[in-house]
Amino acid sequence: MSEYAAPVRDMQFVLRELAALDEIAALPGFGDATPDVVEQILDESARFCAEVLAPLNRPGDVEGSTWRDGEVTTPKGFKDAYRQFTEGGWNALQFPAEHGGQGLPKLVAAPVMEMWKAANLSFSLCPLLTGGAIEALLLRGSDAQKRAYLPKMIAGVWTGTMNLTEPQAGSDLAQVKTRAVPAGDHYRIFGQKIFITYGEHDLAENIVHLVLARTPGAPAGVKGISLFVVPKFLPRADGTPGERNDLRCVSIEHKLGIHASPTAVMAYGDKDGAIGHLVGEENRGLEYMFIMMNAARFAVGMEGVALCERAYQKALAYAKERLQSREIGASGSQPAPIIRHPDVRRMLMSMKAQAEATRALAYVAAAHHDRAHHHPDEAARARSQALLDLLIPVVKGWSTETAIEVTSTGIQVHGGMGFIEETGAAQYLRDARITTIYEGTTGIQANDLIGRKVAREGGATAKAVLAEVERTAGALRDAGAANLGVIGARLAAGRKAAAECVDWIVANAGADPKAVHAGAVPFLKLCGIVLGGWQMGRAALAAQARLARGEGDAAFLQAKIATARFFADHPLAHATALRDVVVEGAPGVLALSDEQF
Amino acid sequence: MKVLVPIKRVIDYNVKVRVKADGTGVETANVKMSMNPFDEIAVEEAVRLKEAGVATEVVVVSCGVAACQETLRTALAIGADRALLVETDAELQPLAVAKLLKAIVAKEGPQIALLGKQAIDDDANQTGQMLAALLGWPQATFASKVKIADGKAEVTREVDGGLETVATKLPVVITVDLRLNEPRYVTLPNIMKAKKKPLETLKPDALGVDVAPRLATLKVAEPPKRKGGVKVPDAAALVDKLRNEAKVI
Repeated sequence: MSEYAAPVRDMQFVLRELAALDEIAALPGFGDATPDVVEQILDESARFCAEVLAPLNRPGDVEGSTWRDGEVTTPKGFKDAYRQFTEGGWNALQFPAEHGGQGLPKLVAAPVMEMWKAANLSFSLCPLLTGGAIEALLLRGSDAQKRAYLPKMIAGVWTGTMNLTEPQAGSDLAQVKTRAVPAGDHYRIFGQKIFITYGEHDLAENIVHLVLARTPGAPAGVKGISLFVVPKFLPRADGTPGERNDLRCVSIEHKLGIHASPTAVMAYGDKDGAIGHLVGEENRGLEYMFIMMNAARFAVGMEGVALCERAYQKALAYAKERLQSREIGASGSQPAPIIRHPDVRRMLMSMKAQAEATRALAYVAAAHHDRAHHHPDEAARARSQALLDLLIPVVKGWSTETAIEVTSTGIQVHGGMGFIEETGAAQYLRDARITTIYEGTTGIQANDLIGRKVAREGGATAKAVLAEVERTAGALRDAGAANLGVIGARLAAGRKAAAECVDWIVANAGADPKAVHAGAVPFLKLCGIVLGGWQMGRAALAAQARLARGEGDAAFLQAKIATARFFADHPLAHATALRDVVVEGAPGVLALSDEQF
Repeated sequence: MKVLVPIKRVIDYNVKVRVKADGTGVETANVKMSMNPFDEIAVEEAVRLKEAGVATEVVVVSCGVAACQETLRTALAIGADRALLVETDAELQPLAVAKLLKAIVAKEGPQIALLGKQAIDDDANQTGQMLAALLGWPQATFASKVKIADGKAEVTREVDGGLETVATKLPVVITVDLRLNEPRYVTLPNIMKAKKKPLETLKPDALGVDVAPRLATLKVAEPPKRKGGVKVPDAAALVDKLRNEAKVI
């Protein structure tokens, strides 16, 4: 059996029962996403991930990418796997057909990308960054830029990067210093960028860097930053990579996790300046970045889902085979598999339930992305866009914070063996640790959630969502089944807690912004467990309905209801306490002077 | 030259098969199904023959329930050109399938019928041989290497003693073994293209074939559970048990 088997059955359940795949497939342009085709895509992707990507995960972690004289070598096997990945057409999954993509819905891309990430997070970062660069060029690239870059990048023959960060400009991009000097029809780029994922590597024949820089005389701050496309090799007229541009990888970082993914320090313009072309208009670079940010943040949220799943699978396999201590209440002295011990079961259930809840919420968000872009009705598009905007920081922040907890629990299930690197459980925690940091830390997500997504519109979208949560809670209570009634009661309590926080945030965001921000991350977590609990409640209702109709695999559906019950009684039970932390916790956060720390 | 590849939809090889409580068969409800792995190798070989310019068209055929269409789509995604489904809910035994395939051969006129050597569900290992007999064609079974040239097939067979190479005239029935090739990963564009390739559905009646079972299944049972071992005090006790209990010496 492979180290990782994609949870295709749960993915299919979420796609059909919670994210309304049939509705998405009926949107204009998505006619190809019929259930049979989606099933085949998931099956083939699962096979590729299990047989090609997953076996390289641990060796890639051990070997890591290496730097020598400006060249980066990826771990053994990555080059061949990347070739198979692009030849399989997987890189083109979700991009428009007019540039060589397959044009599939985000909702279908979501499970496929979850598989890449779960199988091999370091590997998956290369197509992730290429995807970000593709989105930027699709949005604001000139026709010539689209022609020169998109077909190659969508095929994956060329990869892409996003160059935002500089040593003094991390979360605060207002401090970007890289310069872009006009030179005829192009610009010369000078400066240093850090934390550039796959900034240099040996997987593809060219690397297309998208670089944030300032033109001479640009306004200070974020309103003076422009976006440039700066390829490693300048494309010739026939589209092949030509002259080497004046940019190089100075070094790569030594990191806690994602060792196989090269994180480059890039130097632009050591000689005459790297040749770059402006994307869109001058001084609007950050705005373009923010349009894409939703996609990138969603993708990192999916990394959280993927790591929860991978850690769960490994811990489960170990718990079934490791024999230690007699089962409570059993006769004789035979040691039992540790899965029989209640605390180990509790840990496994918390891993399983959170993997399923984060997955469900993320796929539902992906379906809103498809509606927001493809629904024929403008009001429906706007509604889904507002929902998506609200969900993105939650999917990003909550799924990744949850992944740190779940991967840590995975180590705990392994006991002492979990602390030993050869076991492989530790890698998932080390890899997960970056996911709450890059593409905006959890704090940044939470500030976005309370500021732009809740307070700015008086909590309108949040309240609309919570009204739907209440309807689900009512349906659960009325279902007449014991488990469902308990889930409904917990969900109603969670909704009330979240609604009180929304009211408090709206009321205090203007008068006492520091107090509101002090509770931002606990509020994000509360939103995650209430909205995740909502999806698990919907899952329980759907499972109950299928059981009543005598459809589907009864064991799976009963387990789904039991898992939803666990989610309600464990993570969701924390909702009321989190409400107190959000509403009443600020004084303790803000009391000390800097000197008193 | 046309190649016909019959394929069978079976319980996925990763599934732990369970016998139905009433002992009439195995549980197939809500069980993951996929293409018989030997047949996948046959499809791969046929597509390679086409890619090498030896074959001009690869036609896949399956006999069974409507859901076999999914299995045929997989074969189309690997690279087959078109598909035929002989649709029936009836139980199909190897002889019935061989008769249906004979009728399909008459309709399609292939030079090669390329089959998996057996299906992993019933392990009958009969259909290819029966088809060859019904058609009066030569057969080359358990192929681990296939070479088609000059109107002849040169097939290396995996036999008990090692490898045996036979040459036959075309048309021929070839059944394939595991080591013939390693099926490719299906690409995303080919999955999408497969949806648009032709898939024709026929009924056994239209082919004039009576598919009624000739064999009756009396009972299906799980293999007996292995009993735990025992410690014997000495060699004499072991010999005694081997002789009188196990009756092996």
